[in-house]
Amino acid sequence: MTAPVLMVEHLTMRFGGLVAVNDLSLVVRRKEITALIGPNGAGKTTLFNCITGFYKPTVGRLLLSHSDGKSFLLERMMEFRIARDARVARTFQNVRLFAGMTLLENLLVAQHNTLMAASGYTMLGLFGFPGYARAQRRAVDRARYWLDRVGLAERADDPAGALPYGAQRRLEIARAMCTEPVLLCLDEPAAGLNNRESAELNTFLRAIRDENGTSILLIEHDMGVVMEISDHIAVLDYGIMIADGAPAAVRNDPKVIAAYLGVADEEIAQAEASL
Amino acid sequence: MPREGEPDKPSDFLTAVKEAAIAALVAFGLFVLLIGIRTDQGPTGALVFTTRFGALAAIVAGVFVATLLRALFWRRLTLSFGQIAPASVKNAVARLTNYAAAAFLVFALVVPIIFYGNRYLLDLGILIVTYTMLGFGLNIVVGLAGLLDLGYVAFYAVGAYSYALIAQYFGLSFWICLPLAGILAAFAGILLGFPVLRLRGDYLAIVTLGFGEIIRLILLNWQSLTGGPNGIPGIPRPSFFGLPFNNSEHGFAATFGLTYSPTHRIVFLYYIILALALLTNWVTLRLRRLPIGRAWEALREDEIACRALGVNTTTTKLTAFAMGAMFGGFAGAFFATRQGFISPESFTFTESALVLAIVVLGGMGSQLGVAVAATVMLGGFELFREFDQYRMLVFGAAMVAIVIYRPRGLVATRTPSVLLGKIKDIPAPIVRDARTETPA
Amino acid sequence: MEYFVQQLINGITLGSIYGLIAIGYTMVYGIVGMINFAHGDIFMVGAFLALIAFLVLVALGISTVPLALFIVLLVSMALTALYGWTVERIAYRPLRHSFRLAPLISAIGMSIVLQNYVQVAQGARVKPLPPLVHGGYTLFEGNDFAVRLSNIQIIIIITTIALMTGFSFLVARTRLGRNMRACEQDLKMAALVGIDVDRTISLTFVIGAALASVAGLMFLLYYGVVDFFIGFLAGVKAFTAAVLGGIGSLPGAMIGGILIGLIETMWSAYFSIEYKDVAAFAILIIVLIFLPTGLLGRPEVEKV
Repeated sequence: MTAPVLMVEHLTMRFGGLVAVNDLSLVVRRKEITALIGPNGAGKTTLFNCITGFYKPTVGRLLLSHSDGKSFLLERMMEFRIARDARVARTFQNVRLFAGMTLLENLLVAQHNTLMAASGYTMLGLFGFPGYARAQRRAVDRARYWLDRVGLAERADDPAGALPYGAQRRLEIARAMCTEPVLLCLDEPAAGLNNRESAELNTFLRAIRDENGTSILLIEHDMGVVMEISDHIAVLDYGIMIADGAPAAVRNDPKVIAAYLGVADEEIAQAEASL
Repeated sequence: MPREGEPDKPSDFLTAVKEAAIAALVAFGLFVLLIGIRTDQGPTGALVFTTRFGALAAIVAGVFVATLLRALFWRRLTLSFGQIAPASVKNAVARLTNYAAAAFLVFALVVPIIFYGNRYLLDLGILIVTYTMLGFGLNIVVGLAGLLDLGYVAFYAVGAYSYALIAQYFGLSFWICLPLAGILAAFAGILLGFPVLRLRGDYLAIVTLGFGEIIRLILLNWQSLTGGPNGIPGIPRPSFFGLPFNNSEHGFAATFGLTYSPTHRIVFLYYIILALALLTNWVTLRLRRLPIGRAWEALREDEIACRALGVNTTTTKLTAFAMGAMFGGFAGAFFATRQGFISPESFTFTESALVLAIVVLGGMGSQLGVAVAATVMLGGFELFREFDQYRMLVFGAAMVAIVIYRPRGLVATRTPSVLLGKIKDIPAPIVRDARTETPA
Repeated sequence: MEYFVQQLINGITLGSIYGLIAIGYTMVYGIVGMINFAHGDIFMVGAFLALIAFLVLVALGISTVPLALFIVLLVSMALTALYGWTVERIAYRPLRHSFRLAPLISAIGMSIVLQNYVQVAQGARVKPLPPLVHGGYTLFEGNDFAVRLSNIQIIIIITTIALMTGFSFLVARTRLGRNMRACEQDLKMAALVGIDVDRTISLTFVIGAALASVAGLMFLLYYGVVDFFIGFLAGVKAFTAAVLGGIGSLPGAMIGGILIGLIETMWSAYFSIEYKDVAAFAILIIVLIFLPTGLLGRPEVEKV
């Protein structure tokens, strides 16, 4: 087992009276693909939003560590600092691209902070200093690299909104990868993809893990994808982690089966009575 | 779609008549009191009224006929227009816009030469270029960053009063005051922007509106500094590298051996504002290709995605606000020096709405569109000068119509800020467009 | 003390007027999620319609004040409601799926149209109306200052209470009210379960406009003068009231209205009358920044 990249400790998130995530602890390991599964409303996306700073958890700690030993307490950071400094990138359940901008521009926005520094926070860039042109060329090269990886290089100058759905999903991952993340969080990356696209996604995610060394945390309903590529699976139900382990172990866990297939009301009543 | 293009069928005709009758009835209800009856103060001071049933009948009949015609022919009209306008026309239009910007610029440069003898047109030219510049400034905030600012006139006012007061109290020249006015306006923008920029779009709009009104009310009531409603008179005029535009022996005309003419100053002012507008344009175009400009546009497209990518949205918005405010301040300083007199009356919400309308009409984010819209709008105002009281009515209606029928404005296309440039690899339909756009 | 009580009465009267306008803002925002910027001008149109209707009635020989007022109320409510309906139909409905800020821009355009339409049709000068409702009660006296509650203030406060009660009943108990609440929760879902969303939205505008016209009539009676520009300031203040009370909340709109009325009256009475509108705008900004959900509003969770 590798060292942990993210440690979630006793995380609780409440919305008014609703407890979306309840005292959850989870370890995401470096250079592994960790899948987060569970029925709708189990709190998976809420957990994502806590990790990426869009929600501030009610209680709990989120410790992210880089391989050089730097560590970050994510629950104390603004979302853009989490992306910029802690290097956690994410995609969204309902794809969020800059639809009116071209693919290339989408990937350049992802490199905003690098480019911003290179443009001397705009002043040097405004007057055309050569340093900025070099930085922009490097950024375009990286964008082209990732466009090649997702097979969209030919459409670099088209608006992102014109892409078919599957391609938009790939582009969103490419955009997240342009931020050079340590941890990549994917919210249902296979949703709406056909079988072929889904298989390509598997290959791509494995390649990101093996070639780029990025750790991946993903939410997914497509069990085919989850079982095939995950190194580790955590199962959530009603905000609580009910199982955690290797794919084979999780697959046969009775609690997981009950959560997914549902248990008849009488059985619950019986179970409660026997307590 | 059955029966399209066959409106002569009786059932269609009846439906159309029915629709028109309902519209006429509604129009009658709307206008019966407000148009049918006119109130005025009589000789005793009490209100008396006169009837205008003729006008009422004419309007109701007009609504009836218009609705009827629309119901009968609108579909056919739009249908046939789509058929007549094939790709060649569309491409011609697209090609035209490529040259339009250059033609527009050349025309703007030679306006003072062509219309040298026509003081009225020169003044109109200055007015149009001033609003173009304001449009450029607001375009950064609204068009690029997608932040609806309803109080833009506040920064215009800050610029104007800054120049007037600094020139009056410290006796500094226009060319020193101009950057100061811009900096002060940018500072006002940051001051306002800092607390409000995390608000949702529509709340932001209302807060900026409130800010604009507060500035105006302060100018109106702080009599000891701003002169209140009487304004500030006698604001110094700009000089040509120290040479004043007057009839003295050290004046501009005498130095260059020309006969003195008041038009010299007008032409000079025209070129100042043109230069300022072009500077604004240059900076905007330049910024669009820099990370900050791309971040503005990304912010307009999806703020949450921006934050997930590590873009600091607060500072990004703040720079857009400050940048827009600064150009508003420059324009304000120019306005003060051109008028020689300013008062709070020039900085009402109507001004903000006018500049916003120019940006919306022009096509949010398009520089050429803004210039065209400013020309059309202010030129149109002048053309219909005798219908002065109707012009704001038409202007408001135009704003509604544009948002409904052409929400992206006159120039709706967006030029990418950076290209990979492998056009030949782009799939067929797109390649065809791209090739025909470049003149063979 | 006496002076303070007097200002309290004046503030509540003024606040009732703001509250009635604020309901229009809060309802529309709750359901369609847009700031109906033209709503202040609908209020102004209502005041003008009431004025003209009254003049016509007098000319027709109906001069019993209560009867005339009742007819004026009905006529002005009906015709102003028609304005509300038309504005929604022309300027907002086509934009329901347009870009985010389109309805607001359209509403600004509509506000300019209404203002200038009334200016063109009725002239830019102020329209005075002699006081129709006289008299009142002296509540108590002291320190050479008599606290008075005029009949017109009584009418305004009672009408407001009556309308609010009726309106709350409508929202809580009737089918239309249920549809409105459903649309407020989720427009798409409401449409799926068979609610005529277009009709519900139309009726929301109609009701909002009718209430604004009552406010217009009260404004006319209270101040005895109207002009085409009154809608702008009254609109901004009523919107502030709606936000202060918690946008989307009906009791909030009323409470917010009364608070704004009180603040404005007290500010004018104790500080400076010149800066009373600055105070209104400043409150608007402060509330939006520090209390964007208002007093009774629901906290909003950002949807990611």
